[in-house]
Amino acid sequence: MKVLVCVKRVPAPGAKINITADGLAVDTAYLAFTTSPHEECAVEEAVQLVERHGGESTVLTLGPAEADEQLRYAASIGVNKAVLLPIDSAEWDPQRTAAAITSAIQGIEATDGPFDLILFGNESADAGNFQVGVRVAHALARPIVNGIKGIDIDGDSLKARRESDSGVEVYSLSMPAVLGVKEGINLPRYPTLKGRLGSKKIEVGQLVPEAVLGGQQMVNLVQSAEPASATIMLGNGPEAAPAIVDLLEELGILK
Amino acid sequence: MTVLVVIEHDRGALSPASLEALTAARTIDPVVHALTLGAAADSIAAELGEHGAVVVHQVHHDLLSDFGPEAWGETVAQAVRALQPSSVLACGTDRGNEVMAQAAARLDLPFVANVISVSEADVWGVTRVRWGGSLLESCTLTAATKLLTVSHHAFEASESSAAGTPSPLAVDLDPSLARTIVTDRVERAAGVTLATAPLVVGGGRAVGSADAFAPLEELAGLLGGVVGCSRAVTNNGWRNHTDQVGQTGTRIAPDLYIACGISGAIQHWVGAMASKKILAINTDPEANMVSKADYAVIGDLHKIVPAITAEVRRRRG
Repeated sequence: MKVLVCVKRVPAPGAKINITADGLAVDTAYLAFTTSPHEECAVEEAVQLVERHGGESTVLTLGPAEADEQLRYAASIGVNKAVLLPIDSAEWDPQRTAAAITSAIQGIEATDGPFDLILFGNESADAGNFQVGVRVAHALARPIVNGIKGIDIDGDSLKARRESDSGVEVYSLSMPAVLGVKEGINLPRYPTLKGRLGSKKIEVGQLVPEAVLGGQQMVNLVQSAEPASATIMLGNGPEAAPAIVDLLEELGILK
Repeated sequence: MTVLVVIEHDRGALSPASLEALTAARTIDPVVHALTLGAAADSIAAELGEHGAVVVHQVHHDLLSDFGPEAWGETVAQAVRALQPSSVLACGTDRGNEVMAQAAARLDLPFVANVISVSEADVWGVTRVRWGGSLLESCTLTAATKLLTVSHHAFEASESSAAGTPSPLAVDLDPSLARTIVTDRVERAAGVTLATAPLVVGGGRAVGSADAFAPLEELAGLLGGVVGCSRAVTNNGWRNHTDQVGQTGTRIAPDLYIACGISGAIQHWVGAMASKKILAINTDPEANMVSKADYAVIGDLHKIVPAITAEVRRRRG
């Protein structure tokens, strides 16, 4: 089977996200970058599906030239092909992103044949617009279900599972199909040394994205308010246990 | 001009998150209409009226007897064309965001997810959350009909008496939309879950191993709580991902969250920040979780957690 996985390069923040003085972006001077977590699992899933069922996997991203790093990381754990849609900023608005990815997929499929399965992350860790995969699937007239934490392939169809408030929902889709994947579907592997070396050699295809601006445009970023009250120190070490249990009683946890 | 609120329910059981969207809608426009999908939802019209819905548009269709993101999204799109609301809101739950994205794709309109405030003009100024709520984004929204979800827990649901008059709405759904309707379910056994537990005892990297979670399990079990963990723990394979508290795991909202050996990176914090009270146990007094917590104890969780358990047992006699 042919699997495409779409990823986004995002900063890897620690305890606080700083923003630039002009308020237009996350200050990434001291941050590393990573593949958005749901998408990291989507990459692993694409590799596992091809290991299990044969075929090939492709990773695609729309992002700055530096997103080459995330494409090669995907290749280092076993993705076969990589495509970059280079842009001059960290991201585009969601409608524009979806339109650009849709036409890239249509272009690739016109020469290489259709993907049986296209995987997105449920939402990106940074922007969290919750819509790019849905828009792409609709434009390609393919079914999509989000929030997927389990995929079983059976011939030309698949069963996809997602968690709900009351348990697990199962969806049965015919391929070609699109799924929005959530972290927890698998535990992504670490690249081997051989994988890392191999990923340096793969050729990253480039397609120049073209799409018009969408109706949602960022103006600036603002820090959210921090908790107002100061932390109450209950003590040090196991000697604090009585004070902690006093608190449990006060809060009605220990009745 | 009206604002239309898409009501989330599961086979007739109202999702309380939708009442947050109804409450938020009243701040945008005094005339609030609700939209329910499927005959099973007819019974919730009165409750929607109590929360400010003047009219409840009710759609009946065979394809709406259970949830399907495409059938729901197409229904919302057709309702927007028929009713011409100025804006459409849902709550920013998984389903809410999914259905609104589907509707937006079908209407070829922008959709802004997880909004906390709007200022209305020809072009709306909207504030929405990024990074699961740890950063805010102001953006402009230019569209004939504004499609939004409101960030879950950003608005506290409140009552406001309105008629809640049921009004049937016909839609024409293509049978092919059946392709993404739920085909099977596995119902979870009743009991407390991470999302609903009144007490969560969380462990981070400092717990050290899968086995070392046993004292946390013992304390949680003693107090009717459940154990949660950070992403570092699930990435190490020490616990199942279903136990992960965080932006890519479960959002918790217990009466008390005891965070043991958790530094409090953004990823974890946004999953824990809806807790009513947080107690941090950490060797590092400078840890982010310690400075954000309501209460803190400085020291080794491996000594402190068993001491809490022993003290609870002593007081219970």
